[in-house]
Amino acid sequence: MSVVAATTGAVLSNRRGWFGSVSDFFWRAPKLFVFLLLTPAALWLGIVYLGSLLALLLQSFFAIDEFSGMVDRSQLTLKTYAELLKPQNLDIIIRTVTMAAMVTLASAVIAFPIAYVAARYARGKWKVLFYLGVMLPLWSSYLVKIYAWKLILAKEGILNWVFAQLHITFVLDWLLAIPVIGGNSLSISYIGTFLVFVYVWLPYMILPIQAAVERVPTNLIEASSDLGARPLKTFRHVIFPLALPGIIAGSIFTFSLTLGDYIIPQVIGSSRLFIGQAVYAHQGTAGNIPLAAAFTVVPIVIMGLYLWMAKKQGAFDAL
Amino acid sequence: MTAAVSLQKVSRHYGLVRALDGVDLEVAPGEFFAMLGPSGSGKTTCLRLIAGFEQPTSGRIEIFGEAVVGVPPYRRNVNTVFQDYALFPHMNVAENVAYPLMLRKLDRATQRREAAAALELVKLSGYGERRPGQLSGGQRQRVALARAIVSKPKVLLLDEPLGALDLKLREQMQEELKALQKALGITFVFVTHDQGEALSMADRVAVFDQGKVMQVGTPEDVYRRPKSRFVADFVGSSNILPPEFVQSVLGESRWASLRPEAIHVVAAGEGASRLTGTVVSRSYLGSTTRLGIELKGAHIHAVVPSGDDVPTEGMRVSLGFAKDALHLMENEG
Repeated sequence: MSVVAATTGAVLSNRRGWFGSVSDFFWRAPKLFVFLLLTPAALWLGIVYLGSLLALLLQSFFAIDEFSGMVDRSQLTLKTYAELLKPQNLDIIIRTVTMAAMVTLASAVIAFPIAYVAARYARGKWKVLFYLGVMLPLWSSYLVKIYAWKLILAKEGILNWVFAQLHITFVLDWLLAIPVIGGNSLSISYIGTFLVFVYVWLPYMILPIQAAVERVPTNLIEASSDLGARPLKTFRHVIFPLALPGIIAGSIFTFSLTLGDYIIPQVIGSSRLFIGQAVYAHQGTAGNIPLAAAFTVVPIVIMGLYLWMAKKQGAFDAL
Repeated sequence: MTAAVSLQKVSRHYGLVRALDGVDLEVAPGEFFAMLGPSGSGKTTCLRLIAGFEQPTSGRIEIFGEAVVGVPPYRRNVNTVFQDYALFPHMNVAENVAYPLMLRKLDRATQRREAAAALELVKLSGYGERRPGQLSGGQRQRVALARAIVSKPKVLLLDEPLGALDLKLREQMQEELKALQKALGITFVFVTHDQGEALSMADRVAVFDQGKVMQVGTPEDVYRRPKSRFVADFVGSSNILPPEFVQSVLGESRWASLRPEAIHVVAAGEGASRLTGTVVSRSYLGSTTRLGIELKGAHIHAVVPSGDDVPTEGMRVSLGFAKDALHLMENEG
């Protein structure tokens, strides 16, 4: 009787087959399913990514033999890290970290209003337009954009021309006269490097902030206003704290991307090195892999510290 | 006396949709006022206009005599308890409750004291350190209430505050809200789609339908003397009788309502009533039993006390009711 019921499918649908059996099996073992879903990513992250990171870390504990110029792999030493603290190397680190911090700050300040409007006011067609506007620059090659900026910022470039047409060349002259960050023209000054960094990484700041602001429920904003908060107070006490994880996420992108980049400072800016360029130079022509590795560890440590501080400040409490 | 809240010919249109259409309302100071209606009837829009989240398309709104159209919510001494509580997830309970006090720049000690007092009022003392995410729905509800009353607003608006609670908790909160309102003396304006809630809690009820106020009155008014078929139907489960039927009973051709519990049902022939019918359905509700009775020209529901003598399905019965239980309605609609 029961056999008949099972095969005629009065209750149980009769769609067995090989594929059906597999589905049934996974339905009964959801944990195994999750495990299988994660395996490729875990393998990738565990072996390819973390593995190479560890190999890199190991390299940084070797040192180069000063006489032969060969890497001495026979012993572990902190000599290479001591090398990092030499004035010319410390300079590179400070320069890069300062630039990354400024770029991150500026990106956050510029991105927030854009992200806020997109999240709270843009609907339908306007939202599509926003995504298009933010993502469009990412469609073209990074190198093309940077060389385009070189033309914009050059002494004979578009920006100079615009300033001249508006008879405000003195603003540009004043900017370029500022010591350290100024220079002969925007394209060979830190200001130029900074502008291009901000331009190139801005989408990576806008998108996470937009997502975070969008997740702030409207009724919290209404409640704040209802309880007597002027818009600025609502921003400070409700919107900003709740959007903070998005800002942190965005700043991780802009900060670490700036720390690691070696093309922008090479094309635009003074000829002084950034961490990325130093790594490039040491692992290439100089053949000093240990120092290159040690330089690479610097951004990792800085990002670790940054995240730890953000967590301590409660940036992720609302997640 | 100045009304606590007064709406004069207030309309709110969204494009072609008339969410609120020429509403006139007066809420007296210290009153527990309920706005009752089905979803989309305009009651929540009405509340949002009083709170200041939205502006009327036309009309005038006054709060204690002051015109408030164009005044932002943060300048109105009116607080709202939101349907889904709207507690700030990044603040603990004490910080949530002290939020309005913090904005008013009271010193820390006063903030703490007042917040603790408000939490005590809603029976949540000792929960100050918890996060909203760690509380149950009923507790969040109380925090929202404490936060809304801590700054002693002139009017408290409640948007279906009990909607998300289960029945038992809801009944308990109904009593507590009522007691709280008495203790504080604040005017409460309460939005609900639950007629039982409106009737049991409110001093007066406004019944909304399709952006209009259909009737304003005491719970007894709207329950026993509905002005229109809509009110009779929405408030409770009245029998709505067509003019032809009423003509045959009262000799007057008007729509009328008849409360199921006002009807006496006896076996046919026992009473002197001319109204006889057949029981077609019978559902046991505990202390009462609900009967569906088919008459000539009408189908009537009656609620009778449960007992051994309740007629069964298929029985012929006579109906009796006091003449004034049959309420004639003013409006045809």
